[in-house]
Amino acid sequence: MAENLNNSTEPADVGEAVIPPHHSEWRRIARVFVRRKISLIGLIIVVILVICAIFAPFIATHDPLKTDLRDVHAPVSTKHFLGTDELGRDTYSRIVYGTRTSLTIGVIAVTSSGIVGMAMGMSAAYFGGLVFALIMRITDALMALPGLIIILLIAGLVGGGIVVVTFALAFGAIAPTCRMMCGQALHIKQNDYVLAGKAMGMGSVRMMVTQIFPNAFAPLLVGMTMAMGMVVLAEAGLSYLGIGIEPPTPSWGAMVNEGQAYILKNPLLSIVPGGAIMMMVFGFNMAGDGLRDAIDPTLRGAI
Amino acid sequence: MSDAKNDHMVEVQNLKMYFPINRGLLKRHVGDIKAVDDISFFIKNKETLGLVGESGCGKTTTGRCILRLYKPTSGTISFSGTDISHMRDKALKPLRRNMGAIFQDPYSSLNPRQTAGSIISDPLKIHNMASKKEMDEMISELFKMVGLDPRMTDRVPHEFSGGQRQRIGIARALACQPSLVICDEPISALDVSIQAQIINLLEELQEGLGLTYLFIAHDLAVVQHISDRVAVMYLGRIMELTSSEELYENPLHPYTQALLSAIPLPDPKAEKIRQRIVLKGEVPSPANPPPGCHFHPRCELATSDCNVEIPPLRDIGGGHYVACLRV
Repeated sequence: MAENLNNSTEPADVGEAVIPPHHSEWRRIARVFVRRKISLIGLIIVVILVICAIFAPFIATHDPLKTDLRDVHAPVSTKHFLGTDELGRDTYSRIVYGTRTSLTIGVIAVTSSGIVGMAMGMSAAYFGGLVFALIMRITDALMALPGLIIILLIAGLVGGGIVVVTFALAFGAIAPTCRMMCGQALHIKQNDYVLAGKAMGMGSVRMMVTQIFPNAFAPLLVGMTMAMGMVVLAEAGLSYLGIGIEPPTPSWGAMVNEGQAYILKNPLLSIVPGGAIMMMVFGFNMAGDGLRDAIDPTLRGAI
Repeated sequence: MSDAKNDHMVEVQNLKMYFPINRGLLKRHVGDIKAVDDISFFIKNKETLGLVGESGCGKTTTGRCILRLYKPTSGTISFSGTDISHMRDKALKPLRRNMGAIFQDPYSSLNPRQTAGSIISDPLKIHNMASKKEMDEMISELFKMVGLDPRMTDRVPHEFSGGQRQRIGIARALACQPSLVICDEPISALDVSIQAQIINLLEELQEGLGLTYLFIAHDLAVVQHISDRVAVMYLGRIMELTSSEELYENPLHPYTQALLSAIPLPDPKAEKIRQRIVLKGEVPSPANPPPGCHFHPRCELATSDCNVEIPPLRDIGGGHYVACLRV
């Protein structure tokens, strides 16, 4: 076969022509983050949060669970960087440890709902017909029920706790992800490269993984970083209703709720965890935004 | 299969492709778009069959039926003697290796997130045609074959021009060394200066690799240049089918005559006296085609039996097929 190909045609003016310079993908990603300061800040925030979550015992100054009733509602000082709460627990240390809970719940809930929702949406769009009808009716049903009711139902059946909360929050986020992915995939499916794949005998799984998913993913990436903030706040709501994180464990959402009772006396108690949630959402959102552009091949050369 | 037909790579018999129209809450079936309505033709080994017609006449649908991207409503399509018209995907997969497809739009026919090398290697991977070691070499062979620089294999389609993208598409179609290539308007989306390059490339490749082409286009001059035989389609049916010299010198069907009269002539003197046959009216909807001959409402020669009787595509001698009662 080799000589067959060789003899067929002469290579037309290939020669030693100058080809435009090539940039490696990693360098492009790095360039996006270096040039776009806001994305860099987002990335730094995400990195700090991850470090906080992993190395919490070294970063925190106090035991987050240790109460000290002689020192309640302490003001900001060198001993307590962000003061103490109504039980004398160090707010700074609780925020640091809270990163673990909030980040874990956020990341796991968003990625797992993302994987399930995207797989469902993509199958619906790709196979069409009965599969489409079935999956879309399931998402309709999920969206028709208020998310909170579903979560209360699940929690009522199997009890609260971090695992159940994560699962419940992920469950609630499946339907919108599925819808969004389905719309994207239907649009991508129109392209001739999907037809070309079929013509060469490409299987459904390979088609979805290599052709549809990479093209449909970018807009969802930003949506998922937004969902991260929603999930952390929803966890706060659940903790407030008593089915979230068990009280002594620090979590940002729960801290906002606990602090609201003392909003006038000690506003730091809810402002600090609220600010932390905001930072996290901002960080993921900006980093996600930068990443979306960095992985967009049509911006090669421009970035 | 008789001996006379042994050199027919593709044999299409009474092919019909209807797309259902479903309306209302219950998706009731209210009619069909008759994209391809009972056509028969064959493609000989190593020849180029041109397929021309206006937009919406069913040429692309015909090509996609042969590629089995659609499941035909009825009729048979045999490819190298095997009936593929109702074959299941699994059984079809090994046969797909022998068919290549080149698409019209070089922008939407290449995945923007794959590198050019990876696009070309897809068919090789799917049909297990190369080991990982051989792959790189085969890709650069294919790159050279279509006149691209093999150092560009790690680029994404966005970094190529329209003509270069079409070359990538051609390389992908030829990767598995197919015997039949369906070219679906491969040049109509390109600049005029690039069109000639791609046409020449296709001709060289055909000669070098012994390919058979089904060349779908609406540009009559290009089709005349590249095709051995030409089929003219109108509203889902073949009106005339003959060798390209015969078609351009002696068009018999009134529709073909009208089409050919619309080609501008390069010689200004000849252009001045060129008589144009201007067709009246619009192409009817393929959802509700006229009875009898599909062309009769716009035909100057039409008589009363033209709207009753469907003219068969008959051989009037020398392999010149015409579907007209008045010829």
